[in-house]
Amino acid sequence: MDFDRVDKILKAYGMKETHLVSILLDIQTEANFLPREILSYVAKKLGIPLSQVCRFATFYKAFSLKPRGRHVIKTCLGTACHVRGAVKVLQTIERELGIRDGDTTRDFKFTLETVNCLGACALGPLVVIDNDYYGQMNTTKVPKMLKDY
Amino acid sequence: MITIRLNGADVKVEEGWTILEACKFYGIAIPTLCYNEGLSPYGGCRLCLVEIGEGHRAKLASSCTYPVEEGLAVHTDTKRVIETRKMMIELMLSISPNSKVIQDLASKFGVTKVRFKIRNEECILCGLCVRMCREQMDGKAIGFQKRGYKRKISTPFDIRSEECRLCGGCIYICPACQLRCQGPEADTAVCNACLTMDPTCLDHYDELQCWMYDAGRCGTCVREKIEKEKTVSSKS
Ligand code: SF4
Ligand code: SF4
Ligand code: FES
Ligand code: FES
Repeated sequence: MDFDRVDKILKAYGMKETHLVSILLDIQTEANFLPREILSYVAKKLGIPLSQVCRFATFYKAFSLKPRGRHVIKTCLGTACHVRGAVKVLQTIERELGIRDGDTTRDFKFTLETVNCLGACALGPLVVIDNDYYGQMNTTKVPKMLKDY
Repeated sequence: MITIRLNGADVKVEEGWTILEACKFYGIAIPTLCYNEGLSPYGGCRLCLVEIGEGHRAKLASSCTYPVEEGLAVHTDTKRVIETRKMMIELMLSISPNSKVIQDLASKFGVTKVRFKIRNEECILCGLCVRMCREQMDGKAIGFQKRGYKRKISTPFDIRSEECRLCGGCIYICPACQLRCQGPEADTAVCNACLTMDPTCLDHYDELQCWMYDAGRCGTCVREKIEKEKTVSSKS
């Protein structure tokens, strides 16, 4: 992502500080994460302190300051999924990919995250990869699910 | 000029004042922690709580952020206010018992125990440093980051900031950076030494002899009142 592209996004939002979250979301969608130089650039262009931009960028879980994988795996650890063995599912995914919760695989294919209830408890234990839902998960289904990508 | 009802008395106040400013003007003391005259109000510590409204509709509001309005009824010293204030102090004590400012508040308002888990954090998230840096030091180097239990004060990306001028303003204003004095029991959660200690010079002189003009607050020459009472009672 280059600065021209950032300029375009900033212009689309009228260079307004009040649209900071939307601006950051657009950047995140395109670049897959929020690079430091770009955050500094946004702060400079909007005329607000970098510390203020970082306050937003670290507040929301939707933003990431680290590069993320092409696919984001969200494992639900909410109550309903938890009692049905979500922890085992998470451990299996961790073992299969060789990464911990919050990390990204070395080839930038997957990023593993946990969430607390996705609002689809009936499907639990639930894993969501990008926008695909994998309900009634168990440890044996994990390798097959990962092979889809 | 508008009129508010302050502790039952109708008083005139300037429009645009906060309740805190009005109380100050009329000489009513309200404890504050995250408020500083030179900085914008933040309303984070909830120490300056007062009760607004009357009867069962009365509610607690932070006086440092609440603007006065015509006919507003304010009570500054109700049971509810005092109990909540003590609770806030107790909570802050459990987060940062090493802060002198908070220990002093505890002694002043009679908080003598902490019922919460002691966390020994270095920050109570009052935001004074952030505002100091931004509003007075023109640094804009630090800010809040993350959220929930992970919330913290830091520089962007947690690295040395190029905007920080090393002025020390943030440390100067931080209530948690002022370490508590080392009384006889420096490791306890609540010190309360100011309540229980007696300067020794008073045994020999009629007046305090402390050349630090600090009435034995450093705790080096003082002994515990309780000890004295104990010996007195055992002798009799
Ligand atoms: S020392 Fe740095 S961070 Fe602290 S107030 Fe000064 S400029 Fe801000
Ligand atoms: S570092 Fe100190 S001044 Fe800053 S928020 Fe924490 S307690 Fe307050
Ligand atoms: S607990 Fe997993 S979807 Fe609700
Ligand atoms: S002084 Fe008002 S909330 Fe801290």
